[in-house]
Amino acid sequence: MNKRIVVERLTHNYDKRCALDNINFNVASGEVFCLLGPNGSGKTTLFKILSTCISPTSGNVKILGFDLNTQKRAIRKLIGVVFQNPGLDVKLTVNENLRHQGNLYGLNGQNLNNRILELLDRFEIADRKNDIVETLSGGLKRRVDLAKALLHKPSVLILDEPSTGLDIGVRNQLSQHLKELATQENIPILLTTHLLDEAEGCNRVGILDKGRLVAIGTPDQLKSEISGDVVIIESEESETLRNAIEDKYHVQVVNADNNLRIETANAHEFVREVVTAYPTMIEAARFGKPTLADVFIKMTGKTFD
Amino acid sequence: MLSVWLPIKTIWWREIIRFVRQKSRLLSAIVQPLIFWILIGSGLSASFKPPNTSYENSSYEQAYTEYFYPGIVVLVLLFTAIFATISVVNERREGFLQNVLVAPVPRWSIVLGQTLGGITLALLQGVLLLGIAPLIGIKVGLNSLLTTCGVMVLIAFGLTNLGLLIAWRMDSTQGFHAIMNLILIPIWLLSGAFFPVAGVPNWLAWVMKLNPVTYGLAAFRHSLYLDSHITFDALPTLMVSIIVCSVFCLLTYTGAVLTASTQQI
Repeated sequence: MNKRIVVERLTHNYDKRCALDNINFNVASGEVFCLLGPNGSGKTTLFKILSTCISPTSGNVKILGFDLNTQKRAIRKLIGVVFQNPGLDVKLTVNENLRHQGNLYGLNGQNLNNRILELLDRFEIADRKNDIVETLSGGLKRRVDLAKALLHKPSVLILDEPSTGLDIGVRNQLSQHLKELATQENIPILLTTHLLDEAEGCNRVGILDKGRLVAIGTPDQLKSEISGDVVIIESEESETLRNAIEDKYHVQVVNADNNLRIETANAHEFVREVVTAYPTMIEAARFGKPTLADVFIKMTGKTFD
Repeated sequence: MLSVWLPIKTIWWREIIRFVRQKSRLLSAIVQPLIFWILIGSGLSASFKPPNTSYENSSYEQAYTEYFYPGIVVLVLLFTAIFATISVVNERREGFLQNVLVAPVPRWSIVLGQTLGGITLALLQGVLLLGIAPLIGIKVGLNSLLTTCGVMVLIAFGLTNLGLLIAWRMDSTQGFHAIMNLILIPIWLLSGAFFPVAGVPNWLAWVMKLNPVTYGLAAFRHSLYLDSHITFDALPTLMVSIIVCSVFCLLTYTGAVLTASTQQI
């Protein structure tokens, strides 16, 4: 009922290369949904399809009930899109950029002026209204970009790696802004990212790997797939050590790029025993609560980078 | 109605603002052709054989600088069209234009806005250059002024859309530069801007006759001398030239709209 973005059996090929393979997911009003994946996982392709830039090879996508293949124009009126590179004309002022965008969506006159002021206030950039965009910092540009995408009061917001080029402080602010937006306006927000901490801050996460959606759920749900703690052991002789540990402790060991990864309930005991048993083979060992990075390794058998 | 014109107006207006903020564009679009004119015009004056022109039933001898002058005006129009379209290549790749393309705006109006921007800038610079005409002895009255402005709009419309037609397909500015040297500069060189059709080998004469810019330039020459009562017997007539130009405009605009509509972002 409340599912505003519905993706079913979505597949996309570039020539013969498969970029997206049978993707299924929904996004509801009021939630921030994140597509997490390393470079080349297909998340930008998925973003381009959802933002009406390209048409998928096959599958159904409905946004607010409109079919993406046949009702692009209707969808374009209703979605706000933020591209990876800020879509601003750097030679224009903040206000001129916003006016241009408003005009494209049929907004004009006092209506548009009021809406611009409202958004500039919301993103705390009212004092930069008449500055040329090329004089703004990356963080400020991103805020203008976001204001721009919200001018026409979109019913869905779609963002491609919005935190690109932002430092961690600004990134957290952005995350906060998006969550507030989703709940205040009761709209679905979908964003892509390759940053684990950004994904942790979203309501739900879909993990993409090589064009497949390998896991989907809240960050807590995903992490609860992992029992207990996660132990990571770095070793130059990882294969030998892996076999040795598996034989001795009867646990499953995943070797991802010379990092041995073991899920165990008693991590501190386990680390002490292993380090005592194989002192020369271990470069470093650590353990902790599972993160989304661990979820990614569990699902794909390789590290997230 | 408002909803159709508002995006066109705003796209047009952005082209103008950008131009005003980038003073170097005005400089390179006008000064470079002027330097060409002075250097090449002076250099070739001695060896130039003017085409047949007549003035009140007697012949009228044009100096090369005078012959070359309309060509320079068209070159300025061409450069303006190129500058106006080259940003399309970058903006489509890296942000700004992507935003325009996902807006609920039909592609034909995006192209029209860009074209009107190009025309306005071209016309401004063209009129500026017309100021030189009296200095080299060409009498420009109201008739000439209005007709040349109309012809410049036509030429700018065609050239800007030709530029857009190419730019919308390109994914790098290097590619655009290559096409510019391969197509845009040669069609100007072979339009009668640089040398008249009379006296060139047969095959070249054909190339020039098939070149649409030849007709733009002919229309410009006719209208420039409208008040001086000088006629160019070797050129296609004003009417024929304007018809060919208009067809060229229609074709390039349709081509540009089709290209813009089929290109994925």
